[in-house]
Amino acid sequence: MASKRRYRGIDQLSGRDKVVVGLMVVVPTLLVLWLVWIPAIGSVLLSFTNWDGIGPLSDIKSVGLQNYRDIATIYPPFWPAIQHNLIWLAVMFFIATPLGMLFAILVDRGVAGTRFYQTSIYLPVVLSLALIGFIWQLIYSRDQGLLNAITGGTTDWYGDPSVNLWAALVAATWRHSGYIMLLYLAGLKGVDPSLREAARIDGASESTTFFRVIFPVMRPINIIVLVVTFIESLRAFDLVWVINKGRNGLELISTLVTQNVVGEASRIGFGSALATIMLAISSVLVFIYLRIAMKED
Amino acid sequence: MTRPSNEAEYLARMVPPSVRGVDRRTLLRGALGVGALLGAGGLAACSSGSTSSSGVPTGAVSGTVTVGSNQSDAVPKAAVQAYMDAFAKANPGTSVKINTVDHNSFQENINNYLQGSPDDVFTWFAGYRMQFFAQKGLAGDISDVWKNITGMSDALKKASTGADGKQYFVPMTNYPWAVFYRKSVFKDKGYQVPKTLDELNALGAQMKKDGLDPIAFGDKDGWPAMGTFDQINLRVNGYEFHVSLMAGKEDWTDPKVKKVFDTWAGILPLHQADSLGRTWQEAAQSLQQKKSGMYVLGSFLAQQFTKGAEQDDLDFFGFPEIDSTIGTDAVEAPIDGYMMSARPKNEGAAKKLLQYISQPEAQLLALKADPSVIATNDQADTSGYTALQKKSAEFVKSAKSITQFMDRDTRPDFASTVMIPAIQSFIKNPKDIDGLCTSIQAQKKSIFGS
Repeated sequence: MASKRRYRGIDQLSGRDKVVVGLMVVVPTLLVLWLVWIPAIGSVLLSFTNWDGIGPLSDIKSVGLQNYRDIATIYPPFWPAIQHNLIWLAVMFFIATPLGMLFAILVDRGVAGTRFYQTSIYLPVVLSLALIGFIWQLIYSRDQGLLNAITGGTTDWYGDPSVNLWAALVAATWRHSGYIMLLYLAGLKGVDPSLREAARIDGASESTTFFRVIFPVMRPINIIVLVVTFIESLRAFDLVWVINKGRNGLELISTLVTQNVVGEASRIGFGSALATIMLAISSVLVFIYLRIAMKED
Repeated sequence: MTRPSNEAEYLARMVPPSVRGVDRRTLLRGALGVGALLGAGGLAACSSGSTSSSGVPTGAVSGTVTVGSNQSDAVPKAAVQAYMDAFAKANPGTSVKINTVDHNSFQENINNYLQGSPDDVFTWFAGYRMQFFAQKGLAGDISDVWKNITGMSDALKKASTGADGKQYFVPMTNYPWAVFYRKSVFKDKGYQVPKTLDELNALGAQMKKDGLDPIAFGDKDGWPAMGTFDQINLRVNGYEFHVSLMAGKEDWTDPKVKKVFDTWAGILPLHQADSLGRTWQEAAQSLQQKKSGMYVLGSFLAQQFTKGAEQDDLDFFGFPEIDSTIGTDAVEAPIDGYMMSARPKNEGAAKKLLQYISQPEAQLLALKADPSVIATNDQADTSGYTALQKKSAEFVKSAKSITQFMDRDTRPDFASTVMIPAIQSFIKNPKDIDGLCTSIQAQKKSIFGS
């Protein structure tokens, strides 16, 4: 019965509408295939080869699992990269994101000069990366930087591998919290004010109101913030790349992929293997997210 | 696919791309490159075939010749324009269309560029990569152009030759790597130019006493320290071994290689501390501000000095002798120049243009823009040279053998993904030389074996 009705439904469409509907289905599908699935599968396949990016595809030689073996055993930057990615994730998750949420709540409550704070906190998100790299170079430079000039120290903020990851994380937090603030602020503005009123009438304190009433109501936004945080941490790349191309204490998987694949090195097979590892890690998170999202339905 | 028949030939050429200042910001564009990779596979299919040798036209040529240029800074860009205009003027009916691409993007996208629809003529460097393109059929054979080229030394010709013995490259300018210092500092403090490693050590100790960092050092971008490795290897093991090591034919766990790192570890305390957070520009400024005494770098470091008196105060000497049986006759002097793409649309004009580029007239126009480099043609009039240029020219000429730079003398994937992290970890921890060499060797085997 249902199928019959659906069939009639489509039948009722004019010829032009059918074409439109058809295109609406086919074009996005092709785009997704072309832009997402083919490259992803291509990367996985290439990761079993040693292709250098030159010459016909028929010349590509398979090397089996050698790339993966090399990555795990003789490629020194790999394990530090994994470690740094995890540290990055932890800092974003436990510091940057809560900070952004805090900013959002403060701004939402209408502290004096709200507009000013809102703009200045969000500003880093808008600035071009080249500019951000430059700003932090001015602050962190060992010989000519602001930080050492003020403190009179000689800390090598970008060059000392035990410090530079944290220096980069400060810059990343600076940027990330602005982004989260904006997302969260949009959510807060959407919360029905009568909820707060009801809570206040019931005698709930500010913090109880937030944690017991507002926060649960904002579940969809919370999930988005969570996912954005995860994705941004895994993708973390640009800032580190601007600093020193992800070397010497700032290795991240994304920078290793780029170092190998892009540019003259052209170790496309090897780089693809790194990318595949990154894909696998992200898939785990995507899977978890989907489960949460599905459960909600 | 055989590589050059002898090592000397193999490596006599290479010019470090990195040798010219690498600009961090442009690397962001690397992200775009990832997208481009997608297309690379398809494009690659049409990259076979070789150039027909129709010879250099002796008569008039006409039409438009396209030039891909990486000279994206204002001053060098104007210089390219100047000699291209001069060429067009000398060949009525010919016009030159210059496509300027940001220096780093050009380099990073070179594979895709050459497999797509490259310009007739493009800027590149002598070296392994040049030969590699030739081998892959991505560069045009210009041996016939070379038949008419005069004023180029055999070394330069060798540096322009591919593995198959044909020429694929026309040198334009080059510049030496050496130890730079300020004459006024040496004069004030009564320092003498060190001739041997011992003298260098003694001088370094004296400079420390005088409150100077003996050797300026910055390796944030990863490539400048390769130059120091090259210098020490050339002095400890000599040219032949260096070339062979770069070609992947030697074992990195060889005691000879360890000796290079050992020697370096010995003079590392003379280097400016915390080098991994410092760019070469900042290090060069410490020399300029007389906070450091010397700096091992290419002569492009003059760019950090103001033109005129300050640049005149800059001088250099070859890296001191370490082993008297090896001597100091090997010099690192990367060569910049032009190549022709495999299937140029206007071959006649392209070849004529390449020939023009080899001539003193064009080269002197190029020098006007960047006085830290020198012309490669012997017949170029050196009367307009600065003192530094004159000395550079002498220095390069006196060399018995010339190398390019690590990332030009070896596979670029090995240089950038293995040697940069390796040298940086050596600088951080100069004690574990055995572990370092073992790690390099394992990666080298994997990369060169593929």
